[in-house]
Amino acid sequence: MALLEVRNLTMKFGSLVACNDVSFDVEKGSVVGLIGPNGAGKTTLFNCVSGFYKPTSGKLIFDGRDVTNLPAYEVARLGAVRTFQVVRPLKEMTVMDNVLVGAFLRGADADTAHKVAEECLSLCRLEDKSHNLAGGLPIGYKKRLEMARALATGPNLLMLDEAMAGLTSTEIKEALEIIKGLRERGITLLVVEHIMEAIMSVADMVVVLDGGVKIAEGTPREIVEDEKVITAYLGAKFTERLKRSGEVTRND
Amino acid sequence: MLTKGKIDRKDLFWLGLLAVFAAIPVTPWFNHSSFAQHVLIQVFLYSSMAQAWNILGGYCGQVSFGHSVFFGIGAYGAGMAVVKFGLIPWPGILAGAVIAAVVAVAISYPCFKLKGHYFAIATFAIVEIFNRLFMVWYWVGGAIGLDYGFTQPGWKNFVWYQSKVGYFYGVLLLFMLVFGIVRWIERHRFGFYLRAVREGQETAESLGVNSTRVKLSAMALSAFLAALCGAFFAQYNYRVDPPMVMSLDMSMKFVLITILGGLGTFYGPLLGAALLIPLQEYTRAYLGGIGGGVDLIIFGLLIVIVVVYQPKGIMGILDRILNGIRRSRSGEGGK
Repeated sequence: MALLEVRNLTMKFGSLVACNDVSFDVEKGSVVGLIGPNGAGKTTLFNCVSGFYKPTSGKLIFDGRDVTNLPAYEVARLGAVRTFQVVRPLKEMTVMDNVLVGAFLRGADADTAHKVAEECLSLCRLEDKSHNLAGGLPIGYKKRLEMARALATGPNLLMLDEAMAGLTSTEIKEALEIIKGLRERGITLLVVEHIMEAIMSVADMVVVLDGGVKIAEGTPREIVEDEKVITAYLGAKFTERLKRSGEVTRND
Repeated sequence: MLTKGKIDRKDLFWLGLLAVFAAIPVTPWFNHSSFAQHVLIQVFLYSSMAQAWNILGGYCGQVSFGHSVFFGIGAYGAGMAVVKFGLIPWPGILAGAVIAAVVAVAISYPCFKLKGHYFAIATFAIVEIFNRLFMVWYWVGGAIGLDYGFTQPGWKNFVWYQSKVGYFYGVLLLFMLVFGIVRWIERHRFGFYLRAVREGQETAESLGVNSTRVKLSAMALSAFLAALCGAFFAQYNYRVDPPMVMSLDMSMKFVLITILGGLGTFYGPLLGAALLIPLQEYTRAYLGGIGGGVDLIIFGLLIVIVVVYQPKGIMGILDRILNGIRRSRSGEGGK
């Protein structure tokens, strides 16, 4: 049984159909990439899965439970935790306190929470910033704080919404290392990303959305060769570059 | 910061401060003037009120202008027990605080559906509603209010006539309770959740925080403690009537003392009250003849100056000074 099952999910805002009959599975222990052009409905889908939107129709099954109509905090308690594309640090709190808020989800004991928070900070390489106010961090750190905070809740499924957008190439490499580290810890990941080289190198499966509809699903290798995906999103030139760079050969 | 079961330097400072406060009545200065005693009691009362408000308004970021209602319910709890039922005030004090918490949850549940400023505006209306209600509610004394008869002074009846020492220790206990609770909250999960809701409700929810429940709990606790302060106020003045307790004036004191001292800080309410209350009492005593409200004009000016200069209040100014000293010290150490 898959950890997350998205079944015929449709989300309408008035007459705009942001997600139309989308279905896919996220297997336990895998990294699933969610890609597509701007406005494809990726973030909307994320908001539905994480409980911030109530889908117009369709079903969401997480860990065998129907979570379609649960509020966000319930979904997080069950172990599906998300980050935000536009970073949302708790500005007037320190980095440590931000992560502690996440860590307190699994118990009220302050010492345990503190230990968990420290571990997550070091995993996301934020330990030397732990006493800084979160609002004053540079963007790369803020993105990692989003990750550390979500991680501290002890999630089964971590949903990263463009955790690498706007980062320098060094920062992207660091972020990728962190993601690989998470996967080794057995955390399932659902990742929305625009940076193809990044996603292709870590994802086991990729789901492609365009105009709210799922147009393809498969391994990264299959995806870069999919005609529909090339026309809708990647473009022929880019596909060539990706193949040449060998980034998609990991799954061979 | 999170040293459970251990006493750190901040604790020692706090305990030392309490010891100093407790020793005030044995100093000759205390017995010098009964007006000074009155001012001192007011400082502790108002800082407790502001701290109770601070739980919701400062730590949780939900600005309420309705706290005079809960303060008033507490005052009426004590007043009804003594005047109507002829009892000692204690059961009334407890009942008033519980009723205040229940009323707070009942009125804030719909109000919390409103965000930010709209919540604040809704709480404004509530003060007016309760003021009018108590004015025409004859069972609780209507506009005339409740006047205490003469009873045996002492802790049992919580009234004193000759000396203010009893009231001083009474208010000090209240102060220790309210500040102690906030100190506990600051180090525990609830405190982190309060601040998380203030800094970003959706973010908090994404981390598994039930923000509605956090806000309602903060409201209930805040109202409960505000009501205890109200009960003390009734006992201290030997009477209670609607305009005395349930007024926007009174509500503003909760808000402004905290803002002046520093929103969401532990010492802010104490500093705010320590500056404002003597100012208010002495301007009223010396400038009272000019006409009502001079104290409020000065207070208003002070708020404007502080907020423009340092939005984090007196605590913000102190932080800046302390950081300056620390920096200059470490700078010299480097040379």
